[in-house]
Amino acid sequence: MLILTATGIAILAVMALALARALKADTVYDRILGVNMFGTKTSLFIAVIGFLGGRPDFLDIAIVYALINFIGMIAVLRFFEYTATDDALKINSTKQEQL
Amino acid sequence: MILESISTILLILGAFFSLTGAIGLFRFPDFFTRVHAASVTDSIATILIIFGLILRTDFDLVTVKLLLILVFLLFTSPTASHALAKSARHGGLLTLPEIRATKKEDCSS
Amino acid sequence: MTELIDLVLLGMLAITALRIIFLKDLFAVVMLFGIYSFLSALIFVNLDAVDVAFTEASVGAGISTVLMLGTLALTGRKEKTNNHTTFLPLLVVVITGAALIYGTLDMPPFGDPDNPAQQHVAPRYIQDSPQEIGLPNMVTSVLASYRGFDTLGETAVVFAAAIGVLSLLGLPKHEKAAIESGLKSHLVLRVVAKLIVPLTLLFALYVQFHGDYGPGGGFQAGVIAAAAIILYALVFGLPMATHVIQPTLLKALAAIGVLIYAGTGFASFFLGGNFLDYNVLASDPVAGQHIGIILIELGVGVTVFAAMLSIFYAFAGQAERANIQ
Repeated sequence: MLILTATGIAILAVMALALARALKADTVYDRILGVNMFGTKTSLFIAVIGFLGGRPDFLDIAIVYALINFIGMIAVLRFFEYTATDDALKINSTKQEQL
Repeated sequence: MILESISTILLILGAFFSLTGAIGLFRFPDFFTRVHAASVTDSIATILIIFGLILRTDFDLVTVKLLLILVFLLFTSPTASHALAKSARHGGLLTLPEIRATKKEDCSS
Repeated sequence: MTELIDLVLLGMLAITALRIIFLKDLFAVVMLFGIYSFLSALIFVNLDAVDVAFTEASVGAGISTVLMLGTLALTGRKEKTNNHTTFLPLLVVVITGAALIYGTLDMPPFGDPDNPAQQHVAPRYIQDSPQEIGLPNMVTSVLASYRGFDTLGETAVVFAAAIGVLSLLGLPKHEKAAIESGLKSHLVLRVVAKLIVPLTLLFALYVQFHGDYGPGGGFQAGVIAAAAIILYALVFGLPMATHVIQPTLLKALAAIGVLIYAGTGFASFFLGGNFLDYNVLASDPVAGQHIGIILIELGVGVTVFAAMLSIFYAFAGQAERANIQ
């Protein structure tokens, strides 16, 4: 029991760090990275607290989290291509010229 | 008893690796090393923690569900990281040596 | 331990909400909304409200993120700067908030067993539903049988929402299969998506038919199945997806789901019971309840699947049209 609690707290700490990354990011990609890490760790966290509380039917929700997190990530990447603003594109083109 | 101590070791290792990954998210210098830190530790922590939990089940439907979570996470998480890194590269993000190289060029020119 | 987790999660929720208010980049706001939904779903899990958490995770974090991103693709990702003074709105909000907090002082303490909410119908559901309906998951008994009317209304609302969006935006025509779209360059993504889509559909079916025994049910299953097709559309392009599941089929399915639900009600009507009284559907009342619940869950699942997917089609079709022009 103690070890499960410790693991749960460790994952919670990791979630908090990933959240901090998502809240305060240098680039939009860093933000997506934080969101993705948050999602996978959440899924693990649900599995662990399901064991802590003796409720293994929580595992269904962990599966949903893993799936939905993936779909959300792909949607973000897909629509990022649409919504990249003009100035962002300009910065990219100047960078490529520098290369 | 043996199973439980193995499970304890696995869980501790899993927690340790996920913590290192989270620290790497902040400490590494450029985006691509940060992706590397996050995704690699994500995979190993998932494997370790799920197996740690599996050893605590009675090997029934719960075990199958845990394995299903493992399969889903092992497929989706690295794929997502790969796609993210690829589109970051496509979007013009540079690695640290490249940033240094462009800076040097700017200074010399 | 549970209280500690709750406190940490609530703290993270508050920080995320504050950050959302001050961010100007709407794209980042949508991503943070996804995290917000995940966090509130986690709080529901921690409070043992598994079915609610299920819905919040699949609808709040999944479908709404995708739909909000689709909207951003149409409108652009920067928030307009606001020129109005913020004093009067702030005053109104502060006064309303103070009134609400004053109102909570009269409420019974949180978690008190003597609450009106705990005294009214809940004891009856908890005591009698195992004999009357006999399902292990009491939430499904309440939603599908005791509160069948409400759920019929909710299904009709989802149907109406889909009709509203379709009449505003219109469905994409599936002849335009020549348009190049989708994440063509991501080879790994395409291979993995091919693996994940069937597994997701299988999981949706499990949620649909396991809803009587564990968390889940028609609503969640419909959303998860729609999410699987949305993933297909995102990776392989909208024309491919509309080729597999045609928009006209979706229109029919959305109506058929509501019809199955209402038809079950009318069937019990004609067999001599009340509207949506499943006892008369079989010779044994409990067996009748089971048949009725499976039927209406199917109706809910079909309608939600069709409605969510057609709303996504409408948004993505618009975005793709705007992108070409």
